[in-house]
Amino acid sequence: MTEHHLANSHLGFLEYDPAPESASVARLRPSYGLFIGGEFTDPAAHDQFATVNPATGSPLATVAQGSAGDVDRAVASARHAYDTVWSKTSGAERAKYLFRIARIIQERARELAVVETLDNGKPIRESRDIDIPLAAAYFFYYAGWADKLDHAGFGPDPQPIGVAGQIIPWNFPLLMAAWKLAPALAAGNTCVLKPAETTPLSALVLAEILQQAELPAGVVNIVTGDGATGAALVEHPGVDKIAFTGSTEVGRLIQQRVAASPKRLTLELGGKGANIVFEDAPIDEMIEGIIDGIFFNQGHVCCAGSRLLVQESVADEVLRRLVRRVEQLRVGDPLDKNTDVGAINSAAQLAKIEELSAFGEREGATRYSSSCVLPTEGYWFAPTVFANVAQSHRIAREEIFGPVLSMLTFRTPDEAVAKANNTKYGLACGVWSEKGSRTLWVAQRLRAGVIWANTYNRFDPTSPFGGMRESGFGREGGRHGLEAYLNV
Amino acid sequence: MSEPRLDVRKTYKLLINGAFPRSESGRSYEVHTAGGDFLANAAQGSRKDLRDAVSAARAAQAKWWGASAYNRGQVIYRLAEMAESRRDELAEHVSLCEGVSAKLAQASVSRAIDRMVWYAGWTDKIAQVFGGTNPVAGPYFNFSIPVPSGVVAVLADQDSSLEAFVDAVLAPICVGNTVVVVASERRPTPAVLLGEMTATSDFPAGVLNIVTGFTNELAGTLASHEDVDGIDLSGVAVESANELAASAAGSIKRVLRSSGSSPDPSLRRLRAFVETSTVWHTIGQ
Repeated sequence: MTEHHLANSHLGFLEYDPAPESASVARLRPSYGLFIGGEFTDPAAHDQFATVNPATGSPLATVAQGSAGDVDRAVASARHAYDTVWSKTSGAERAKYLFRIARIIQERARELAVVETLDNGKPIRESRDIDIPLAAAYFFYYAGWADKLDHAGFGPDPQPIGVAGQIIPWNFPLLMAAWKLAPALAAGNTCVLKPAETTPLSALVLAEILQQAELPAGVVNIVTGDGATGAALVEHPGVDKIAFTGSTEVGRLIQQRVAASPKRLTLELGGKGANIVFEDAPIDEMIEGIIDGIFFNQGHVCCAGSRLLVQESVADEVLRRLVRRVEQLRVGDPLDKNTDVGAINSAAQLAKIEELSAFGEREGATRYSSSCVLPTEGYWFAPTVFANVAQSHRIAREEIFGPVLSMLTFRTPDEAVAKANNTKYGLACGVWSEKGSRTLWVAQRLRAGVIWANTYNRFDPTSPFGGMRESGFGREGGRHGLEAYLNV
Repeated sequence: MSEPRLDVRKTYKLLINGAFPRSESGRSYEVHTAGGDFLANAAQGSRKDLRDAVSAARAAQAKWWGASAYNRGQVIYRLAEMAESRRDELAEHVSLCEGVSAKLAQASVSRAIDRMVWYAGWTDKIAQVFGGTNPVAGPYFNFSIPVPSGVVAVLADQDSSLEAFVDAVLAPICVGNTVVVVASERRPTPAVLLGEMTATSDFPAGVLNIVTGFTNELAGTLASHEDVDGIDLSGVAVESANELAASAAGSIKRVLRSSGSSPDPSLRRLRAFVETSTVWHTIGQ
């Protein structure tokens, strides 16, 4: 499948020995029920499905397929908890529950990191250093808001919305749960969370954490299942607010479904982020930033820098160095602490990445894929860079959501901005230049919710995140993130 | 004895891209006063007029947002000046259209003008109130600024011919959007007068585009238009608004569903069509 095999790495003498984290740290149970009313309960229909380790293809545990009836029970539980407990709990007390949750996530960080890597396929280095610490940080940050909502800029005594239905994706399972739950609970809402079908486990460990924190029963309910479970949550008349992170395609359906209802809605959808490189950019940092921008989390990132726009004068050098760096990426066992790129999350996602990449070649782009040896079991895709990509190519327009970078070139800042904005999306962009005035000039003109200058894929609980245009609406993070859960 | 003078009547036209065309369709419809008397033949805007208006709004948006916030404030304040100087004319039409007494109409015009002044003062404060710096845990300078959604379509309130209209169009314009508005179907003349005033208020062409006509015939075009970023459905009934909101989902539009003008000025309209753009910049030597 690789047309352009690259010279083998010359760093053979620097090869690492395997350094795997132990899978047993995860302490997984053989099966999990639905977390409703503070307890793990059996689904009404007793339907179960296996969640699979994408790095091996073997099952990790079975989880419940939540039905419409289960969703109904979860919503009733959330409503009851809202009416009888949570709406009567002071902000200061809510804050302390959230601080507790943050602390227990920190205490159980190693276990959570292994669970996340097993279920998702992401490198343990990322789950350990990014996903789990950030999840704790979001709870820590929003905990502090719970008793300060009067000062959040939405007028005096802003009220919660009620019961929030929250549907999250598989790319950052625990972190997305934290992005949803922490601000919702701080603002005084109760929640029904629907984890992604392929990555339910860390949310179920989080349910145990909520029990340890003695969060009142029903304040958070977690219903696992597939798209039908999510649809039942979206349609449930007892839900006051829907927060969804996922594809633009599904987001559009959800917006249509709730259009005739009083439900509030926030959407964090797809992207096709432009990473713009000017000729004066610091080249070493920039190459690392491009690599991080697209290969972080196997490119399963809505804000991935998947369209590289390089100024023509440095395009050849950037491509040469990128291709060399791609060849050095260590692809393999996600539990190995030296792994850079892990497994693709599912067979379906792998098929989509393969289809779009094949289309890239067919449309005339030049493909450079790492010659790394891919494991024979599980779902894998070699890190890939496409050069000579035109704006009309599917790989320049569609979200691939995988480790595939499309490189285009430009001559002037005006052209860079025009090309960057030539998308229906508007989530994130990168700008690489040592010239501050030019960076700000470009940033001012980019239609994107997040702009990283001389860095990429940075996240912080104080920093609002979210899209423009077809990348969705609403913000998560920061003071702005409270608005999604307040009746203002 | 001189013969009685025949007054010169006005044709009520559309406002598209700074020009005052009749509808490209050549159609017009009769507008009556609240008492049922003939008031005017208003232009009956077509879907084509709307598409032209959206194009004009899109073309004008970057420049309007690119103007300084101070400048945008002056332009909106200038509109208030123009409205004050023609307030009797506005009040006459509010009175005729809404069927209220001259006194009440004058009070309504006063509130509308005061609201314009309120918005004029907001342009250079939005960023400070809605934005700020974020203390991220790392060597980055991180700030968030409110930026406009882009092109906003407004289906103006059907009853409040001036006050709600001012609120609905100036809130998005104030934060840097450009607007295509369908005026109240039965009470369009105050909106048309206001449009005329923008011509002497330094409003750049295309920032405010006003189409008169049949709301239900025109609304679908705006709700489904791929180059419209947000839509205010204030002027349509609930059932129709539900359908339009579903149609607006096609391109993930921002949808505002509240109706009428708020008695007190509120930040809700200002927040409805702004996006938060967050910039991270490395800090280093």
